[in-house]
Amino acid sequence: MSTSISEKLVIEAGRAEQNYWRDLWRYRELLGFLAWRDIKVRYKQAVLGVAWAVLQPAVQTLLLTFVFGKLAKMPDGGVPYPLLVLTGLLPWQLFSSAFSGASNSLVGNSHLISKVYFPRLIVPLSALAVALVDMAILLVLTLPIVAVSGVAPTWRLLLLPLFIVAALVIALGAGLWITALTVKYRDFRFITPFLLQIGLFVTPVGYRTDFLPNWRDLLALNPLTGVVNGFRWCLLGGGMDFYVPGFLVSLAMAVLLLGTGLWYFRQTERQFADVI
Amino acid sequence: MASEPVISVAGLSKRYVIEHESRHDNLRDTLHHTARKLWRRFRWGTGFQKEEFWALRDVSFEVQRGEVVGIIGRNGAGKSTLLKILSRITEPTAGRIELRGRVASLLEVGTGFHPELSGRENIFLNGAILGMSRAEIRRKFDEIVAFAEVEQFLDTPVKHYSSGMYVRLAFAVAAHLEPEILIVDEVLAVGDYAFQRKCLGKMSAVAGQEGRTVLFVSHNLGAVTSLCTRALWLVQGHLRSCGPTAAVVADYVGSQTEQALADYDFRNLGGPDRQAGRLLICGVELNGGAPAAHREPFRTRIHFRVRSKVDGVAFGLGFCSLEGTRLATLDSDLDGQYRAYPAGYEGWIELSVPELPLSPGRYSLDLGARCGSVSSLDYLPACGLIDVQPGPRTPAGAVQIPGGGLRLAGLWTDSRPGQR
Repeated sequence: MSTSISEKLVIEAGRAEQNYWRDLWRYRELLGFLAWRDIKVRYKQAVLGVAWAVLQPAVQTLLLTFVFGKLAKMPDGGVPYPLLVLTGLLPWQLFSSAFSGASNSLVGNSHLISKVYFPRLIVPLSALAVALVDMAILLVLTLPIVAVSGVAPTWRLLLLPLFIVAALVIALGAGLWITALTVKYRDFRFITPFLLQIGLFVTPVGYRTDFLPNWRDLLALNPLTGVVNGFRWCLLGGGMDFYVPGFLVSLAMAVLLLGTGLWYFRQTERQFADVI
Repeated sequence: MASEPVISVAGLSKRYVIEHESRHDNLRDTLHHTARKLWRRFRWGTGFQKEEFWALRDVSFEVQRGEVVGIIGRNGAGKSTLLKILSRITEPTAGRIELRGRVASLLEVGTGFHPELSGRENIFLNGAILGMSRAEIRRKFDEIVAFAEVEQFLDTPVKHYSSGMYVRLAFAVAAHLEPEILIVDEVLAVGDYAFQRKCLGKMSAVAGQEGRTVLFVSHNLGAVTSLCTRALWLVQGHLRSCGPTAAVVADYVGSQTEQALADYDFRNLGGPDRQAGRLLICGVELNGGAPAAHREPFRTRIHFRVRSKVDGVAFGLGFCSLEGTRLATLDSDLDGQYRAYPAGYEGWIELSVPELPLSPGRYSLDLGARCGSVSSLDYLPACGLIDVQPGPRTPAGAVQIPGGGLRLAGLWTDSRPGQR
């Protein structure tokens, strides 16, 4: 408030976003508030609350264990199959909930966008928070299960945040594309669940890639592959090895996705209020 | 204090492009449209016809620190577009604006209110959305609560609030904004009169004592006259005049000499926001084309179209003086009756009054449709004019005042001292 008296703002066609990144920093409190709102509303509305965040992955773990472990008899490399699936689901849940949250964020907040100014990037960013909280709950429940199964935690656990960030980067990159496209073409709403359905199978959630040498390089093109393998490497200790080239490919894809997502979002952002 | 203007606007224009086949809401339409466009270009070498609509055209003005400026004009004159550009919600097509100071804009009451969250939580959320910092909200929290008079319900989700409480809370947050430049759209149209006065009072106090600048859009010329030092008058996107409020308002009122019509078409009024709404008021037909007369039956048909399913719908018709002061309101939900319509519904709702109580004269009409008691579906302030004629039951020689308000017979009884 004290410094703003002399501040001068110029609005011109094509120039409104000059102070974009500075504004984004300035509006960080709003980002916090929107994230807090989403979390609060989510756990306030649902009667089952936390149970909901747990029930869904539990059922999915059983299903995927049955399909991949029992029916398809995929190799487990000595790790109990449910554990393999659970540690794969953790990043997958994080991604899918962050991605669908970000994808729906602009249209879901259209009343804000047509009435108030703020850097629009805040909306998809704040959508990541709910996903993060859901995953934290799941993680807290997963760790004792892993420990009970006889896998001792190692120093690798400390690297987990790195992979969490990577999952969020991918979710944001893809979410930015979809949410910006949805503003103009509402059809893209239907693409999100479809992509997630495909994603669950092309991401090694229900199987491990180190026993599929023919496929592991192709699968690495899916940036989530590196993340899922990273999660398992962190959580399952010695039972997993880390395929570095694969991870680097995944990382490059993630950065590419975020870069192009940001680019498209910024390109279309200034028309959001006019078309939403 | 520097004499540099706080707001300077030069050559501001905003163009909307309306693709003639309506908006392409889905990919298939766009693909189809693009294919056709290419085909035509291939055959005739020209593009598809796009209609341009200039919401603002070459508007320039300056505002000094501490001024309260009213923006007036008819529907579709570009007032809201101007505020949206100044608030950085949308970009101008051409022109340049310089703003000196922190801007806060209030284009709607309770933007971002979440029904599931409590009053307390919504104060913080709404405050942050309007640009207040967390510390600032905390500092003013008690003041806001006291202003809104909702102490007992602070921890109740706002979905359980009455509409009055909801609006009061939303206003209270907005009234405690402390920007150097405050931009306010026609938000004072809702809320009860006493609270409106309170907010207007707060706004003028803010401008007067603390040297803040306020830009204010209203159809209520009374409020504009009493609050504003200067007024801008927009006509179809152009700045018609700009100067001391009294003079501009007088010109504006004087310009409303056009013929009052028997029916009005509102389909193309307003910007894309309005067209995208759930319910669109397409037109109104007044008294079946016959002149309206004092103390005679009166009926009105409102033509509307429903874009997506709505329930809890209520319609309203308001009669205002030409200065914009509401004199009478007819609401369809006064007897607690709400209506529901499916998507794609198109129809008329007819209002009939057995005896029109308006005294002969000219009135300006407000039309609106609401969903529940707070959320507006479509609102058309000052969208038409109506001339009320003296009827057969109006005594000859009754004084005729333009916009004279209600003139009712009542029951008159004589009595004398000592009599009962």
